[in-house]
Amino acid sequence: MKNLPDLEKFINSELTSKVNNSFIKHDNIYINIDHDELIDVISFLKINKETKFRQLIEITAVDYPENENRFKMVYLLLSHEYNQRIIIDYSIKENDVIASLTSIFPAANWMEREVFDMYGLNFKNHPDLRRILTDYGFEGHPLRKDFPLTGHNEVRYSEEQKKVIYEPVKLEQNYRNFDYESPWEGTKYIKEIKKS
Amino acid sequence: MAKEKKTLNLNFGPQHPAAHGVLRLILQLDGEVVEKADPHIGLLHRGTEKLIESKTYIQAVPYFDRLDYVAPMNQEHAFALAIEKILKIEVPSRAKYIRVIFCEIGRILSHILNVTTQAMDVGALTPTLWGFEEREKLMGFYERVSGSRLHANYFRAGGVHKDLPVGLDSDIDEFCEKFPKIIDDLETLLTDNRIFKQRNVDIGIVSKQDALDYSFSGVMLRGSGVAWDLRRSQPYDCYDDLEFKIPIGKNGDCYDRYLCRIEEMRESVKIIKQCLQNIPKGPVKTEDGKISPPPKKELKQSMEALIHHFKLFTEGYRVEKDEIYTAVEAPKGEFGVYLISDGSSKPYKCKIRAPGFTHLQAMDYLIKGHMLADVPAVLGSMDIVFGEVDR
Repeated sequence: MKNLPDLEKFINSELTSKVNNSFIKHDNIYINIDHDELIDVISFLKINKETKFRQLIEITAVDYPENENRFKMVYLLLSHEYNQRIIIDYSIKENDVIASLTSIFPAANWMEREVFDMYGLNFKNHPDLRRILTDYGFEGHPLRKDFPLTGHNEVRYSEEQKKVIYEPVKLEQNYRNFDYESPWEGTKYIKEIKKS
Repeated sequence: MAKEKKTLNLNFGPQHPAAHGVLRLILQLDGEVVEKADPHIGLLHRGTEKLIESKTYIQAVPYFDRLDYVAPMNQEHAFALAIEKILKIEVPSRAKYIRVIFCEIGRILSHILNVTTQAMDVGALTPTLWGFEEREKLMGFYERVSGSRLHANYFRAGGVHKDLPVGLDSDIDEFCEKFPKIIDDLETLLTDNRIFKQRNVDIGIVSKQDALDYSFSGVMLRGSGVAWDLRRSQPYDCYDDLEFKIPIGKNGDCYDRYLCRIEEMRESVKIIKQCLQNIPKGPVKTEDGKISPPPKKELKQSMEALIHHFKLFTEGYRVEKDEIYTAVEAPKGEFGVYLISDGSSKPYKCKIRAPGFTHLQAMDYLIKGHMLADVPAVLGSMDIVFGEVDR
């Protein structure tokens, strides 16, 4: 469909209860769906003649450690025919299993592997769920907010053992994270004083 | 009697000159025919996205140079556009033109590197030597405008860091006059070259449908005959006012992709020329002191300028709570930034969508059934740079 408000209406009327919430911003449509409806929604958007979102641009996750549903999964689709983008998201818990999109878009394979690697989320029916960007034998999930920026292990070449070895990270100087927010607007310590 | 089938596992890379960086490709061979290719990536993973989360928006820009390091400014562009859209910053017209000029220079830089190394992978050495001479000149332009040949750190949200130095525009113009001749020379070496064609024609064919399904973008998509270019379909900055053609291929093989790149270089030269002709005078970054630093000379006179300067380089500017995806047509395809801001001066999340990542994923599909010797040819035509694949 040519224009965005019409498309938004169309998606809402076709998918009815599957869409929790939708809005248009920055020339994109954002829709929020239920975790279980993913496959239905994506395959509808891909195949339907009025939407034709035939290209999967990206799959990613966002970590909100303070939320009950800790992770937000995000899917970006693009329609060449109508020149539109859609951003689909839903929230899940840490141990929830996500349906894999590899049967609809082969390109989802590595994107889901990356989410698995970076956030530790599991996918159902994924043909080859391995780590992708991190080292062989890596532990932890780097893009989670509770993973330290400096990591846990460092590598170096050991002259004695004549090989590359892993050691716990030793920093000459601690990682410094200054709080630059203006004291008038409330740096962290001011906010904490106010609270108590 | 049934013949027992033996396959050979071959480890291609990570230290192989034709792997274009640190690709470890595990090939399953039946004789000389590739049955399966399993790319292992991540040997250049630096955790860019994690690092950006702990830096202010200004400090995050240099990380974008280090992604696709043969066309640094194109990446910065996507990030700058994302912030501008959230903050609704008006970018001065001159800045838009400067950004487009340097994006197109980046495109030429990247395409020269790719075309010539692709030729080298299939056995032609001379184009590399000729092409790199031109890249040297272009990197000279980068240096004159930003102070460094590669990691420019030049684009800002709201414009560019500094205006063009005196004389640079005429030098770029002179380059544009001479460069088409160089492309012609490269073409005499390659386009009709028998060996080059034997190695590339009908190798690594991608059909239209598969190009869409595998999320291809850029030349990989256009080589298969899909007319799609973000500069035209979702224009950003001043691409709307410029005239240029979008070359597309017919067969979707390595040779078509090579031809597309050659034509794109010619179009880029035209774009740069148009920009140089039409570039207006005026400021090169937004004058909003909350976002762009004040001129140095004001610092000693104006209290406000001093405060702005101090706040910008300690706290940085804040970006209101929002979620956005912006994409630009980088030389290798659609380069996108999915940014989530939370109202502080640091991004909450910054997902980088690198075109090379999805292209390399299709390696297994592209190479299945081809000969071992075609692996470098296909890999070369995909235009892989590991800075952006591994992030």
